Amino acid sequence: MPLTKEQIAKRISEEVQDGYTVNLGIGIPTLVANYIPAAKTVMLQSENGLLGMGPFPLEDKIDADLINAGKQTITTVPGASFFSSADSFAMIRGGHIDLTVLGAMEVDEEGSIANWMVPGKMVKGMGGAMDLVAGAKNVIVAMQHMDKEGNSKLRTRCTLPLTGVKCIKKIVSDLGVIDVTADGFVLREYAPDVTPEFVVKATEGKIKIAPDCKKMDI
Amino acid sequence: MSKKVFANAKEALNGVQDNMTYLVGGFGLCGIPENCIEALRDSGVKNITCVSNNAGVDDFGLGLLLQTRQIKKMLSSYVGENATFEKQYMNGELELEFCPQGTLAERLRAGGAGIPAFYTPTGVGTKIAEGKESRNFDGREFILEKGITGDFAFVKAWKGDKFGNLIFRKTARNFNPMIATAGKITVAEVEELVEIGELEPDQIHTPGVYIQRIFKTMDQKKRIEHKTVSRN
Repeated sequence: MPLTKEQIAKRISEEVQDGYTVNLGIGIPTLVANYIPAAKTVMLQSENGLLGMGPFPLEDKIDADLINAGKQTITTVPGASFFSSADSFAMIRGGHIDLTVLGAMEVDEEGSIANWMVPGKMVKGMGGAMDLVAGAKNVIVAMQHMDKEGNSKLRTRCTLPLTGVKCIKKIVSDLGVIDVTADGFVLREYAPDVTPEFVVKATEGKIKIAPDCKKMDI
Repeated sequence: MSKKVFANAKEALNGVQDNMTYLVGGFGLCGIPENCIEALRDSGVKNITCVSNNAGVDDFGLGLLLQTRQIKKMLSSYVGENATFEKQYMNGELELEFCPQGTLAERLRAGGAGIPAFYTPTGVGTKIAEGKESRNFDGREFILEKGITGDFAFVKAWKGDKFGNLIFRKTARNFNPMIATAGKITVAEVEELVEIGELEPDQIHTPGVYIQRIFKTMDQKKRIEHKTVSRN
């Protein structure tokens, strides 16, 4: 069975280290917050101007002036701070965020990512994604390995307009954990009930199976 | 100083014209100058350029000005919450310039701070870089982005005094501080309008020098885009 969205999020949460400042994108990345153990001190940054994002509020604590980048109502944790969008992106662009987790439509074997536009079909915009991939110290992508028609989204070259060039180092898909190296994709872990060979087949770009590649324990 | 104080949005927007550039604060529907947007709609100005991170939703925020087709061009980072926008753009009725969110914030900051342009790593190698100057610093490529100023800027603050000093609240701050600096005429609408001296100088986010007009907002809706709650 390929991983569920929750399992992808859970696996990514293992990459979050104690003391990290993390920006989580919309969709699967947002779920990562649910799996970060309380023993780790982690500050979540929301690019609309908050460092120290907490869980959704109780019904009677909803505040229209307190939302995350997905425009959802949220809360703050002790030690939180508010700031302007310019300060927020100074944090991001200036390399002060340890880890960004983003969704993607395509990632290629060089680590370039496309996630903001489908010409003629979807016009929504990049929001903060281009700044995040240009500025974060580490970017992990959470994505489905194939589209609904079964085409690989891990490509030789991205076909959609790029969000960033050669900036992705790790992908957690529903089929496994893949590093992006100078030599293309490297499969590190595969989902239970799929084989490494199946993941290779589902990948259009150049991919190798790591010598110590293992079945995911999830 | 009390010359800055206006009775309502309609009076504070005196002088708005067709073909002008309007900078509008807010992120999604959070911290948007609701009264100013409605007054701009009611003024009937046409062929306007709007600079704002988002375009509101279909029936609220800047969506109101899309409904009436007063906007000729939008400069935004994300417009995905507004179906009217997507439709008008796809039909070629609306011009659109996408700008990465951090670049937009910095372009507004630069515009207000007298910086004509700056280099940023954001967007290198993407469509955003097309036609822009680039330069290598210490082995890394950067693109040149221009500062933005507007004929009018509209911001929303929590508290303001009659000199125009502003204090924002929580994430309703977002783009408002930069936009406040980048308008030839900046109009602030505030939830509480107090006398000069009532705000603690150390707590002021935007000094009053940037604000030309201020009024107390009326009938704020503060609509929530996605209400999400925890159980217990």
